[in-house]
Amino acid sequence: MLQGEHITVRYGSFTVVEDLSFHLEEGQWLMLAGPNGAGKSTLIETIAQGTPYTGSIRWKGEDIRSLKPSELARKIGVLAQKNNVGYAYTVEEVVGLGRYAYKSGLFSGRDDDGKAEVEKALEITGLSELRHASMLTLSGGEMQRVFLAQVFAQNPQVLVLDEPANHLDLKYQQHIFSLIREWLKEPGRAVLSVVHDLSLARRYGTHAVLLDHGKTVSQGLIADVMTPENLKQVYGMDVYAWMREMLSQWQEPSQPDAGI
Amino acid sequence: MQKSRLLLRERFSPVTYLFLSIALFLTMVLCICVGSVRITFSDTVTAVWNAVWGLPIPQNIAKNIILNVRLPRVLCVTLAGASLSICGAAMQGLLRNPLADGSTMGVSSGAALGAIIAIVIGFTIPGSAYGGTMIMAMAFAFGSLILILSLAYALDRSLSTSSIILIGVIFTMFISSIISLLITFCSDHTRSLSYWTLGSFSGVNYDQVKLLFLALLLCGGVLFRFSPELNAFAISEDNARHIGVNVKRVKLIIMITVSVLIGVCVSISGTVSFVGLVMPHIARMLVGPNHKRLLPASLFSGAIFLLLADLVARTLLSPIELSIGVVTSMVGAVAFVIIFNKTRKAR
Repeated sequence: MLQGEHITVRYGSFTVVEDLSFHLEEGQWLMLAGPNGAGKSTLIETIAQGTPYTGSIRWKGEDIRSLKPSELARKIGVLAQKNNVGYAYTVEEVVGLGRYAYKSGLFSGRDDDGKAEVEKALEITGLSELRHASMLTLSGGEMQRVFLAQVFAQNPQVLVLDEPANHLDLKYQQHIFSLIREWLKEPGRAVLSVVHDLSLARRYGTHAVLLDHGKTVSQGLIADVMTPENLKQVYGMDVYAWMREMLSQWQEPSQPDAGI
Repeated sequence: MQKSRLLLRERFSPVTYLFLSIALFLTMVLCICVGSVRITFSDTVTAVWNAVWGLPIPQNIAKNIILNVRLPRVLCVTLAGASLSICGAAMQGLLRNPLADGSTMGVSSGAALGAIIAIVIGFTIPGSAYGGTMIMAMAFAFGSLILILSLAYALDRSLSTSSIILIGVIFTMFISSIISLLITFCSDHTRSLSYWTLGSFSGVNYDQVKLLFLALLLCGGVLFRFSPELNAFAISEDNARHIGVNVKRVKLIIMITVSVLIGVCVSISGTVSFVGLVMPHIARMLVGPNHKRLLPASLFSGAIFLLLADLVARTLLSPIELSIGVVTSMVGAVAFVIIFNKTRKAR
């Protein structure tokens, strides 16, 4: 569906992403992984057409540079890493803007599905109660859910998410990731996301691209990419041992506490 | 859910607009009545009503003062206040900057420079008395806007609130010095320095009312049409792009529209500062940040504010008339500090 070919992004003489290619097919959840500064968010911004790049990104063979912004928004829904709001918009107003691509243009005011889509998006992200709340009063996690709801209301075919679990507590982390996986089950959909938590990436991803300093270290099926050797090369540490150590903190007490 | 998170404006209703339009109407009548010659409310209404419907006006009414002096002035002030205020609202939305405004960003000064240059070099458009100055004011307003934004962008890529204002202030100082220089050398061509830097509505006529009305109708219509896009920009430019706004195109259209409207205002009344900064904030308190409601509310509140400012300017030290900018700047400077303080706390 979505295909990147030889993408290179430079800020001045500094190369952020170098000759990166990827394929995203229907039903796949492609995880972008790599340490800080690997170029993950920059790649997300190039897909969103927010930064100049060389190479091409194709939607079903067509260069997305030739698509109108509203056409692109109906195909690809992007969640940015940093989201904040300067004015006291309500949650509902921000989520409602996700329908923009369906009613832009001078004479195409009607958007019959709009209200239902916004309603659904508010509900699945647990925001129905907060719909009239001011964005300025929200916590980081609530804010993150608002922008996720906006992307869902946009009803795209591909989700491009930069750190969807940002600021979310455990309950919502699990909720949102299951939600995305459910969403992905419909035919004609795919997900590309940056996920810092490698456990989450392994648990939910089908494919992965491992980046380091803008270069692709490995790509393919998630299990083939997230090998101890690859991770060691990129993160400079034994990720597997670290994860096991973390997990060992959670062993069930050998004697169940009867008193509590 | 906590009650405190609910917004006051959920109680918002169209009644707010009814209230605002009544307030505007009463302010306009008040401004016609009060002045060096006192005119009664009923005389004012009778004179205007009869003039509109082509009826004869009773002899005992000060017809000339009402219809040829006060009414055009009041109409001009109303339209200019409304125009400057929606320009401010649009820029504050577009740049996501609560301190943005024609005067704080130096766009008005740029427009004034353009108008003065047009007068000094004698640039005119045949068939229109104000065409030349207006076109130059618009062009210079747009040029200043582009220049300030690119300078601010070069200084700090995130286009933060304070860097734009800083550049705007420095730019205004620079332009003001050029304006004084031009006026010193060509004082017989153009109006006084205080007219250009502080603004004045004395001696306006119906031609200028018509021009302002046309400009406000056109530009206001465009800005209102782009209110969903302005909402998206007010949330963030990245978010606007993600939901499918043609970011470059919309930005350009809004900046041109704002420049045209500010250009027309400045060429008629000089630079009147701070209306566009303060009134959108008052409007936002009343109806919230959604531009569909904010732009009309800014329009009304800007008009009312400028009418009152003009009233104070011409009656406070009567028979001496103050520049209207003296009044708006006094109110505006205090408001600027309050708003700046509030924005910094919000970060």
